[in-house]
Amino acid sequence: MDGAAAANAARQEVLDELKVALGDAVVGEQVHAGDVWIRVRRDDWRRAAEACKTAGFDYFDFLSGLDWMPSAPNPEDAETLSVEPEAEADEAPDAEGAAEGEAEHEAEPQPSEAGTVAAFETAAGEPAEGWQTGVAGGDTRFQVFARFHSPRRKLGVTVKADLDDESPAVATIHDIYFGAEWHERETWEMYGFVFEGHPDLRHIYLPGEFEGFPLRKDFPLLAREVKPWPGIVDVEDLPAAEEARQDAAINAAQENSAAQEGSEGGA
Amino acid sequence: MAVTEQQRRAYVASQAADARVNVELQTEDMTLNIGPQHPATHGTLRVVARLDGEQVVWADVVCGYMHRGYEKLTEVRTYPQVTTLINRIDWLSSFANEVPFILAAEKLMEIEAPPRAQYIRTILFELARIANITLFIGTMGADLGAITPVFYAFRDRERILNQIEAVTGGRFHPNFDRIGGLKDDLPRGWIDETKSAMVRVREFCDELEELLMGNEIFQARTRGIGVIPAEVGLSYGLSGANIRASGIDWDLRRDQDLALAWKDLDWKVWTHPDGDSFARFWVRLQETREASKMVDQMLDGLPAGSIQAKVPRIIKVPAGEAWVHTENPLGEMGYYIVSQGGLGPFRCKIRSASFNNVSVLPWVLRGTYVPDIITILASLYFILGDIDR
Repeated sequence: MDGAAAANAARQEVLDELKVALGDAVVGEQVHAGDVWIRVRRDDWRRAAEACKTAGFDYFDFLSGLDWMPSAPNPEDAETLSVEPEAEADEAPDAEGAAEGEAEHEAEPQPSEAGTVAAFETAAGEPAEGWQTGVAGGDTRFQVFARFHSPRRKLGVTVKADLDDESPAVATIHDIYFGAEWHERETWEMYGFVFEGHPDLRHIYLPGEFEGFPLRKDFPLLAREVKPWPGIVDVEDLPAAEEARQDAAINAAQENSAAQEGSEGGA
Repeated sequence: MAVTEQQRRAYVASQAADARVNVELQTEDMTLNIGPQHPATHGTLRVVARLDGEQVVWADVVCGYMHRGYEKLTEVRTYPQVTTLINRIDWLSSFANEVPFILAAEKLMEIEAPPRAQYIRTILFELARIANITLFIGTMGADLGAITPVFYAFRDRERILNQIEAVTGGRFHPNFDRIGGLKDDLPRGWIDETKSAMVRVREFCDELEELLMGNEIFQARTRGIGVIPAEVGLSYGLSGANIRASGIDWDLRRDQDLALAWKDLDWKVWTHPDGDSFARFWVRLQETREASKMVDQMLDGLPAGSIQAKVPRIIKVPAGEAWVHTENPLGEMGYYIVSQGGLGPFRCKIRSASFNNVSVLPWVLRGTYVPDIITILASLYFILGDIDR
């Protein structure tokens, strides 16, 4: 416990140090579960990177983006589906004389698609009510985040910044952390964030003529639109009785093995 | 058999003479395209180099020929299903890919695997490292024109793969790590077999140390080639043996508190001050030997008990964000998981080692000679799947 407390103290120290360096640029912060997060104003993104480098975080982990728009295949869909498979099956029972299982698959995407459209419409303006944004908060749909590590201090810090919904753009940090050059190209390609001052913002993974920003939540995963992910049925709830029976079996097996090991250890 | 000062000076003088001739002759630049299909790239990586005579004046790396979009795909899968994908990032040490992801999910769920599971995880992790780096030791020789070591490497890697297969059922893609523990316990007789395999690994390292590292041609082709200073390496995010070969004493197995067995073991982090291709090879060779000793220690101290913590039947990870990184064979590999309380990750940023390790190439290739491109590519050691994800 002492070790964990000392580690947390070290993290708090890092946070305090960065807050002194950045002043009112810091709009959100958190130290928890053995990690440090700091959220800065968009205009101070570069300054934050410089401050991190000065504070000894000279190792570049990664830079990437976040899109807080609720995603289409969210867990609620799976839950509703697993609760009411019969109702779904009723709608398409004789379609092609399909087996009941397949009918379930085909019926699955409807509620999630409806969800997507609704979510997207509300996304035009400010983030809708009920959007979850992550640790250290967030006020907009898009965030850029990066992580820097210090091999000497043996800890790292995650820096975030909110970006504009309509035209997400932020200053480049590729001349502070050289590794950011490729990561910024990837983030631009995947999220459409413009890194002002980047010398060579072109595709890195995708072909040059690719359109759209694939990691945005409103970019459809075409393979799943055509054929829903069959793996989703694996997570259906079992009937309560069956689940209790399985749990009991697992418990018995664990106790059994524990008892065996105990006797082996004694021998 | 180090390079003497005289030899070094003669080499520098000859390079300077070459450069002078090039300036005087005003030769036109030539563009050399290596790849995407080229034996030295071990996959589909393309390097475009502009040459002035034999010297590279500018280089660019084109990747993405094998991009599979794993970050998007994780968003439509449940946590247990994701391990199938991430097995295929660095396919030579697949089990090591699974561990940080599972640890990140466990961190959010606030559970910890039982000690026996932690030990078996670490053993398989180190076996994956040995299997991976053994192949590096062989192919580095092959890329420099020494054909024999690669056969030795494949021969001895086979033993490690057999051991991995005996536990997990998969030679390349074990898919064996579970949230809260492991799929299965070790089979009967496995510990003794693994110990004899570890003896063989150390013999292999000794053999290659003499056969390859002691070779004069090998030294001449690697010493002083592709020097990466520590601060440049850190800024590019170079990790693993690549940064330890530049003199940075940093190993995530030692420098963080993870629920794995490394903290109980007696071992050493190897570093080399030179930062050249030879240093990178040397560090990896020492690490392979060190890993085999670690496996021995873990097999001796393997705790008894369960291999699975109690987890709900349906894995739901509480909302939050977690970053876990580990020292993988190729360098630092980490997963930044954003969970919103669902069955699968809301966002999973995969930080793979090779992507950053290769991003230094445009910097380090500038000013080198054409044959040295191959040396540097080989010594940085990347796996294509680990670049392209």
